[in-house]
Amino acid sequence: MVEAAPIETRAIAAAARAGVAVPGLIFGVLAALPAAAVMAPENYLLALGTRIMTFAIAAAALDLIVGYGALVSFGHAAFIGLGAYAVGILASHGIGELLIALPIALAASVLFALATGAVSLRTRGVYFIMITLAFGQMIFFTASSLAPYGGDDGLTIASRNTLFGLPIFKDPRTLYYIVLAALAGTFFLCRSIVGSRFGRVLRGAKENATRMATLGFEIYRFQLVAYAISGALCGLAGFLLANANDFVSPAYMSWQRSGELIIMVLLGGIGTLYGPIIGAAVYLLIAEFLSQWTEYWQVIFGPFLVLVVLFGRGGLVGLFAQLTGKRHG
Amino acid sequence: MSSLLFVQILNGLQLGVLLFLIAAGLTLVFGVMDLINLAHGVQYMLGAYLAVTFYGLTGSFLASLVLALVATLAFALALELLVFRQLYARDHLDHVMATFGIILFVDQGVKLVWGAAPLSLPVPELFSGSVTLMGGLLYPVWRLVIIGSGLAVAVGLYVLVGHTRVGMLVRAGATNAPLVSALGVNINRLFMLVFGFGAMLAGFAGVMIAPILSVEPGMGDAILILAFVVIVIGGIGSIRGAFVAALMIGLVDTLGRSFAVDVLRLFMGPSPARTVGPALASMLIYVLMAIVLTLRPAGLFPAAGR
Repeated sequence: MVEAAPIETRAIAAAARAGVAVPGLIFGVLAALPAAAVMAPENYLLALGTRIMTFAIAAAALDLIVGYGALVSFGHAAFIGLGAYAVGILASHGIGELLIALPIALAASVLFALATGAVSLRTRGVYFIMITLAFGQMIFFTASSLAPYGGDDGLTIASRNTLFGLPIFKDPRTLYYIVLAALAGTFFLCRSIVGSRFGRVLRGAKENATRMATLGFEIYRFQLVAYAISGALCGLAGFLLANANDFVSPAYMSWQRSGELIIMVLLGGIGTLYGPIIGAAVYLLIAEFLSQWTEYWQVIFGPFLVLVVLFGRGGLVGLFAQLTGKRHG
Repeated sequence: MSSLLFVQILNGLQLGVLLFLIAAGLTLVFGVMDLINLAHGVQYMLGAYLAVTFYGLTGSFLASLVLALVATLAFALALELLVFRQLYARDHLDHVMATFGIILFVDQGVKLVWGAAPLSLPVPELFSGSVTLMGGLLYPVWRLVIIGSGLAVAVGLYVLVGHTRVGMLVRAGATNAPLVSALGVNINRLFMLVFGFGAMLAGFAGVMIAPILSVEPGMGDAILILAFVVIVIGGIGSIRGAFVAALMIGLVDTLGRSFAVDVLRLFMGPSPARTVGPALASMLIYVLMAIVLTLRPAGLFPAAGR
């Protein structure tokens, strides 16, 4: 640990430089993707890109509390599910107005986050991981038993949300750009939160909770608000996912899904906000291409994850920063 | 009604001791090495699969039990050497990601080797019948054997951990591993021992449950979540806590699933009761966990020094 310090310092400096360049590159590529869709069938590429970006929203939101608050939530898929089910349930009652569905999706996520966060945040470390898992499982089983809304089988959404009656989610290209805008909004919101006084308290509590408490901050409140913001953004991801898939099911909030979100954050690079976007893209792209190649793709993917943990500290972003940092130093 | 309740209590106990067998290893690994091992459930699954294979080869349940235990132990030690040894010094997030990768690998690997279709293992002939309980209800002997063997393991663990030198080191390791290492104990060997032993207990649970459950890929994942609930309620690192919490969870889950609808009918109509009942039953243990952690954030029996 100690002898690695100079490299780490250089890596941090490189990461700071990357903090401007990489997000610019990511959003540039994402914005240009539909135009470059000559190689693949356009709708396939757009659908894949949309899917990646919805999960990137959720992963970046998770990074806000994991990377900057050390609050490892193992139940974040629940918020995706809440956002998605808000769309599905309202649609099944014939309500397809975005201005109704989106606020309800966000409000449901915030309320669930405040209620469960109030209990979870009393615990620390491993206990926090496990209690968030428990709350995620509760929502999972609740959705599985919602017989009027499909139960285990899920719920097909007859028509996507509309804005003042305008079918804005209908065209795949428009949907793609709306999701891209949502991702950019999420990224810059989280970034400004991290840079604000609020974010500094959050990071301070991550480094040393006792010291922050001694300085007079009620860190519990800060963490609860951060948890609610993170939950709301995942609710937004769920809202978009339901509109893109025309379908919701309890599988959206299984514990495996929560685990995948954590892996996206770690794979890309924890505590960077743009790392998880890369992580979501890499995770879903590898899964997509390996599963086309062989049914047993997880036999390859599992060891890949283990190798990333063992040899790629700080995820892909950290790996990249270490390589460039070494070259410049 | 009362004899049905008795049967369900026995079923709850059976689930409880099964959970204890898995949770005991998990809580020791967690307590001593501070390692979150999501892949603990694959040992349980492997135990069941290996028993099926060895039964096909030898035709003897006892022989397949012994061989399966040896094989799960060997697999666990190989895994410890290759992966886990590098993980002890890392943080919990790294544990989650690496062991998640191992789950993906082993779950799919099992499909590759044994196929996706569920397999089954016959109940050993000696214990294949049923016994008559009060009220003329029949109860399978094998479930009683599971309860008995689980309780025997619990007693054995109590003696091993509480009253032997190795057990003392394990307890000391759960309290303060660096200090134990500084006192000259080979901590790596202790870790390997605890990890291998815990994995073997999970494998044992898998072999014992194989005759009454279908052996299928991913069977370890569902039970693993329950085992985590058990060790968190019991207090991480505490065998006694794991035992109490395992029986609690086993009974609450089983009785909840059997009687939730009936109980709810006292308060509401039969139709809403049938809808709400199963949902409430599957949630019950998580509600219990939330309540316990709200009142005691470190579980019922927190290990000393944590």
